[in-house]
Amino acid sequence: MKILVCIKQVPGTNKVEVDEKTGVLKRNGADSKMNPYDLYALETGLRLKEKYGGTVSVITMGPPQAKTVLYEAFSMGADDGALITDRKFGGADVLATSRTLSQGIKKFGKFDIILCGLQTTDGDTAQVGPEVAEMLDVPNVCNVQKIERVEKDGIVVDMDMPHDIETVKASFPCLLTVQKDIYQPRLPSYLRKKETMKKDIDIYTFSDMQDQDEMKYGLNGSPTNVQRIFPPVSDKVQEYLEGTSDELAAKIYGTLKQKKFIAG
Amino acid sequence: GQKKAQIDKTKWRGITVYVDHVDGVIHPVTYELLGKAKELAAKIKQPVYALFIGSSIKHKAEELLHYGADKVYICDKPQLEYFKIEAYTSVFAEFIKKIKPAAILVGATPVGRQLAPRVAARFGTGLTADCTILDIKENTDLVQIRPAFGGNIMAEILTPNTRPQMATVRYKIMDAPKWNDVVTGTIEALPVSDEKLKSRIEVLGVTKKEKEQTIDGADVIVVAGRGVKKKADLKMIEELADLLGGQTASTRPLVEAGWMDPKKQIGLSGRTVRPKLIITCGVSGSVQFVAGMNHADTIFAINSDPKASIFKTANYAVKADLYDVIPKLIEKIKTGGKVL
Ligand SMILES: Cc1cc2nc3c(=O)[nH]c(=O)nc-3n(C[C@H](O)[C@H](O)[C@H](O)COP(=O)(O)OP(=O)(O)OC[C@H]3O[C@@H](n4cnc5c(N)ncnc54)[C@H](O)[C@@H]3O)c2cc1C
Ligand SMILES: Cc1cc2nc3c(=O)[nH]c(=O)nc-3n(C[C@H](O)[C@H](O)[C@H](O)COP(=O)(O)OP(=O)(O)OC[C@H]3O[C@@H](n4cnc5c(N)ncnc54)[C@H](O)[C@@H]3O)c2cc1C
Repeated sequence: MKILVCIKQVPGTNKVEVDEKTGVLKRNGADSKMNPYDLYALETGLRLKEKYGGTVSVITMGPPQAKTVLYEAFSMGADDGALITDRKFGGADVLATSRTLSQGIKKFGKFDIILCGLQTTDGDTAQVGPEVAEMLDVPNVCNVQKIERVEKDGIVVDMDMPHDIETVKASFPCLLTVQKDIYQPRLPSYLRKKETMKKDIDIYTFSDMQDQDEMKYGLNGSPTNVQRIFPPVSDKVQEYLEGTSDELAAKIYGTLKQKKFIAG
Repeated sequence: GQKKAQIDKTKWRGITVYVDHVDGVIHPVTYELLGKAKELAAKIKQPVYALFIGSSIKHKAEELLHYGADKVYICDKPQLEYFKIEAYTSVFAEFIKKIKPAAILVGATPVGRQLAPRVAARFGTGLTADCTILDIKENTDLVQIRPAFGGNIMAEILTPNTRPQMATVRYKIMDAPKWNDVVTGTIEALPVSDEKLKSRIEVLGVTKKEKEQTIDGADVIVVAGRGVKKKADLKMIEELADLLGGQTASTRPLVEAGWMDPKKQIGLSGRTVRPKLIITCGVSGSVQFVAGMNHADTIFAINSDPKASIFKTANYAVKADLYDVIPKLIEKIKTGGKVL
C-alpha cells in the first residue's frame, strides 16, 4: 500500500500579534514547527504501514526551510519526502495551494491513500484536503476518527458527524482528513533522526508542474485576497450585576438569550 | 507579471444558501444564513436562493420559503439519502452552472466544511472559511471577515475577480429571520442525471452518537464550587447545565470530596477548557482554577461575596446567593424558551 501524508510548516505559536500601524502579522522570531494536526495524519499513515505493509511518503509545500518538517517526519518513520517550493508559489490561498500540492503529488507518484490533517493552526481553514481530492479526482472522507480496516480495493473508516458516526468505505485511491486523537502520535526516534538527517528529498519547482499556466499558482492563482488583518475586537464587557434574585435571574436569562445560548 | 482579464460580474446574480440538514431535519444555521442572505441581497437588489439536496425532503422545502427564500431549488433523489461527497458536489455543480449565483453561503458544519471546498475547487473559485461577519459591496463583492490563528487575529477577505464567491459561516453568529406566514417564493426541481450521482464512497452503517460527556470540547459548562453546600445540591447545577445543553464541571475541593469525577475538574491540575459559555457557581476564583478557564468566550460568575476574585475574570459578575438565583433562572428557561 502506498501512503502519502501532506504536512505543513506553521509558526511555532498561534499567539500572533498584528502591527497596529501596518496591519501586518508580527511573526517575531516565532520558530516554526510541523502543523500539530498533521502529526495525527502521519501517525495514521505509519500505523497503516505497520499493519498492512507498504510505504509512507510525506510532501510539503512551502519556502525552502519547510523541508525541516520532512526530516521531522523521517525521524518518526516516514520513508521518503518531497518539497514543493518556488517563488512563483508564494502568497497562495487554499485554491492555489491545493492546485500546487495536487500537481506535486502527481509528480511524486501514485498513492492508494492520501492523508491530511484536520486543519492547520495558522490559516485554519480545513479546506486543503477536500480541494486536493477534487483536483486529483479521488473520493475524500473528512473528520475520520477511526480506521476500521483495509480491504483489497478500499479502506473502511468512521466519519465523525454531528449526531452520528458514519462507517464508510472509500475505494482506492482516496484522500482522508483525520481527527486529532485518532492515534497518539509517536515521539521522533533519535536513532532514526541520525540515520535520516542526510536523506535525499525530491524538490519540485514550477518547471516540474504538469500544468504550466503561471496564472494558476501563487498570488496570481489565488481568487481570495486578504485585504487587512486586525486583532479581534473583544466584546468582553465587564458588567457587575446586583439586585433582587428575580431581577438577576431575568438579567442573566436576557443576556443568555441575546447571545443565542437560549432560543426564543 | 500578466494581468488577469476582468470577469463580467453582472452575469452572476443572487445569493444562495446551501440547506444543511440530516434526514430532512434542517440545521438551524440554514435559517441564520437565509437571514443574512436576505440582508445582503436587499443591498444589491438581487434574489435569495436556497439549494436543497437529499432524499424524501420535498415536504420540508416549503419551510424555507417562510424564512424568506425567493426560490428553493430542490434535488430529491434516493441516491442522495446519505451525504456522499461526490454526488452532492455534482448536484451543487449543476446548480451553479444553471443559476450562476453571485455568492454562496454554506454553514460551517461538518458537512458544509467538506462539501464547500470540493465545489469551490471544481469551479476554481475562492472559499473563505468560518466567516463571522459578512457584508456586500455595490459591485456584488462579498466582504468576508473571519478569525484565524485560533481566533487570535481577524482577516478581511475579498474574492474580487472570481464567481461564484463562496463562504462558510459559523453557526449561532447570524440572526435567523422571523417565520413569515406570507409566502411569495417558489419551489423548483433541479434536474440531475443519475449518471452524475455515482460515488466511490459507500455508506456501510450509521451509529447514533452518545451524548458527549467530556468537558474538553463542551460549548457550555456550568461549574460548581465550594459555595455548593451539599452533594445533593449538585442536582440544581446539573439541571441548569442540561437546560443549556452543556456539561457540569467543578473546582478541585469538590473532586477531593468525592462529589465529582476527577475528569470534571477545571484548572491547573485538571482540565483546560475553552467553552463559548461558562457559568461558575460558588467559585472563589483561585489562580489555579482560573488558569483552566479564562479563555472562555463568555464568563458568568455567581458569588455572594462582592470581593470574590472570580469577578475580575468574569464578563458578568453576578453578586447573589446561588441558592436564590439559580432556581429562578432554571424556572425562567423552562417557561421561556427552548434550548438550541
Ligand atoms: C489570516 C489568514 C486567513 C486566511 N483565510 C483564508 C480563506 O478563508 N480562504 C483561503 O482560500 N485562504 C485563506 N488563507 C490562506 C491559507 O491559509 C493558505 O493558503 C494555506 O496555504 C492553506 O490553508 P490552511 O493553512 O488553512 O490549510 P488547511 O486547509 O487548514 O490544512 C488542512 C491540511 O491540508 C494539508 N496542507 C495544508 N497546507 C499544506 C501545505 N502547504 N503543504 C502540505 N500540506 C498542506 C495538511 O495536511 C493540513 O493539515 C488565509 C491565510 C491567513 C494568514
Ligand atoms: C498546586 C495546586 C494546584 C491546584 N489545582 C487546582 C485546580 O486544578 N482546580 C481547582 O479548582 N483548584 C485547584 N487548586 C486549589 C485552589 O487553590 C483552590 O483551593 C480552589 O480552586 C478553591 O475552590 P472553590 O472556589 O470551589 O472554593 P472556595 O475557594 O472555598 O470558594 C467558594 C466560594 O463560594 C462562595 N459562596 C459560598 N456560598 C455561596 C452561595 N450560597 N452563593 C454564592 N456563592 C457562595 C464564596 O464566597 C467563595 O468565594 C490547586 C491548588 C494547588 C496548591
